[in-house]
Amino acid sequence: MDKDFMKINVTPWESVEIARHKDRPSGQYYIETIFKDFIEFHGDRNFGDDQAIIGGIASINDINVTVIAITKGSNTSEYIKRNFGMPNPEGYRKALRLMKQAEKFKRPIICFIDTMGAFPGMGAEERGQGQAIANNLFELSRLKTPIISIITGEGESGGALALAVADKIFMLEHSIYSVLSPEGFASILWKDPSRVKEAAAVAKITAKDLKGFDIIDGIVKEPRGGAHKNPVKTAEVLKKTIVDSLLELKEKDLNELIDNRYNKFRAMGNFY
Amino acid sequence: MLKDLFVKRQYATVKSSTLKKSVSEEKPNIPSGMWEKCDKCNSMIYAEDLENSKFVCATCGHHFRLNAKERIKVFFDKDTFKEFWKDLKTTNPLDFKGYEEKLKSGKTDSTEAVVTGVGKLNGIEVACAIMDSFFMMGSMGTVVGEKITRLIEHATENKLPLMIFTASGGARMQEGIFSLMQMAKISAALAKHSEAGLLYISILTDPTTGGVTASFAMEGDIILSEPNALIGFAGRRVIENTIKETLPDNFQKAEFLLEKGFVDAIVERKNMRACIYKILILHGVRN
Repeated sequence: MDKDFMKINVTPWESVEIARHKDRPSGQYYIETIFKDFIEFHGDRNFGDDQAIIGGIASINDINVTVIAITKGSNTSEYIKRNFGMPNPEGYRKALRLMKQAEKFKRPIICFIDTMGAFPGMGAEERGQGQAIANNLFELSRLKTPIISIITGEGESGGALALAVADKIFMLEHSIYSVLSPEGFASILWKDPSRVKEAAAVAKITAKDLKGFDIIDGIVKEPRGGAHKNPVKTAEVLKKTIVDSLLELKEKDLNELIDNRYNKFRAMGNFY
Repeated sequence: MLKDLFVKRQYATVKSSTLKKSVSEEKPNIPSGMWEKCDKCNSMIYAEDLENSKFVCATCGHHFRLNAKERIKVFFDKDTFKEFWKDLKTTNPLDFKGYEEKLKSGKTDSTEAVVTGVGKLNGIEVACAIMDSFFMMGSMGTVVGEKITRLIEHATENKLPLMIFTASGGARMQEGIFSLMQMAKISAALAKHSEAGLLYISILTDPTTGGVTASFAMEGDIILSEPNALIGFAGRRVIENTIKETLPDNFQKAEFLLEKGFVDAIVERKNMRACIYKILILHGVRN
């Protein structure tokens, strides 16, 4: 049932389908295409190496950076190796270790996010999935180096947010960012997981919705029909977005940067 | 004798309507609210005794879930708690159908899933947030996030120690992405409170799950828990569906988390005041 998404206006559910498309470029693809001299670093120095998260150092337009990606992989054997892009606690701890390293060596951080959420497994609970995510949120909010996060596919739940407490947050045009998957949303709120299409619309999870809410800073345009129709072009546009943001953020005084980051999240939520 | 077996017995017929009536007439006439049943051991407890024991079953030690009002009563010095930002209300950011009605259906006096303010413990002033699982399962929406963030900022400005009693089913789905962002907002405020060298104690109560566990519940300098509280990130059923196995009974209980190294201590409700007072004193906090 390979669908063609070439029409101009796609529905929220079609965005979900594009975001989950089997040929959608992975975080690994963007790392290899956009950056130079990438070296992968493994492990959280405590328990193991979670392959749902790739991290390391590289350069982009002569700026040295730390790059981290939550990625599902792009074929069956990779899906299994990367646990379908659902990190365990050691994945979040590895990411934080590399981010602290970036802070020490004054490297900006770029995160690519594509995940259905943190892995809901027994070992994950035993090793403190909640604590690992919490610690990332806490530490990232004060990290003294610029952080840019890009949702490339799915960005679901705290498992995505753990890499998205950033100075600039972007979404690819057909990616989604939400508190929970449309399936989960429908089953919790209506006790009916089959109402996914409706959930995708009601939960307001598209890049356009989130830009409208000021939750994200910008939308990265995809080729007509989705990133998988032209990965090279998508990577090109994405690279420009990253470089522009890096140049802007590098100029900022670090204290000002952290104050702005604080105020950005501080302003999220409406009440009276 | 054998013959008796074949004797045709005679039965009388009783109409079901009469039967129901007579049963209800025999029911003991207990005024509602005088007795409470323990969820765990089923023993009947006289309501006044239950309140005197801080809502802990004298027979089995089961800690009843408390609403915010009861929590304040059993924890703080009498009449010292001052509530802040009580009337803050959500704007229903996703225009979610039926949300406004749902907000009015809470089975508690609390106006949202958290009550925030300052209170005194043996005369020491502390900033405190008390989550209320009787209000929409203690779910975290923008108002919960905002009230807790304001409280943390108040504590940072006034150099107050901070305590949060957590009780939550997780994110408030009706507020979608805004609900998720409260995790980052609160965590950022806590990081600033921490940078100022101030003390934050999180006290986990039954149940503490989802986005609350993955943020401020686990960010305490000191993390305490009530006995037998359910504490976890993913829901039990979600995990069972993922691994296709039944989980052990003690899974995600406070005692399990203690064993795995994620809480500092399990403290019975009757000892909570004394324990926290001791911690405050050992951090040089005085009134």
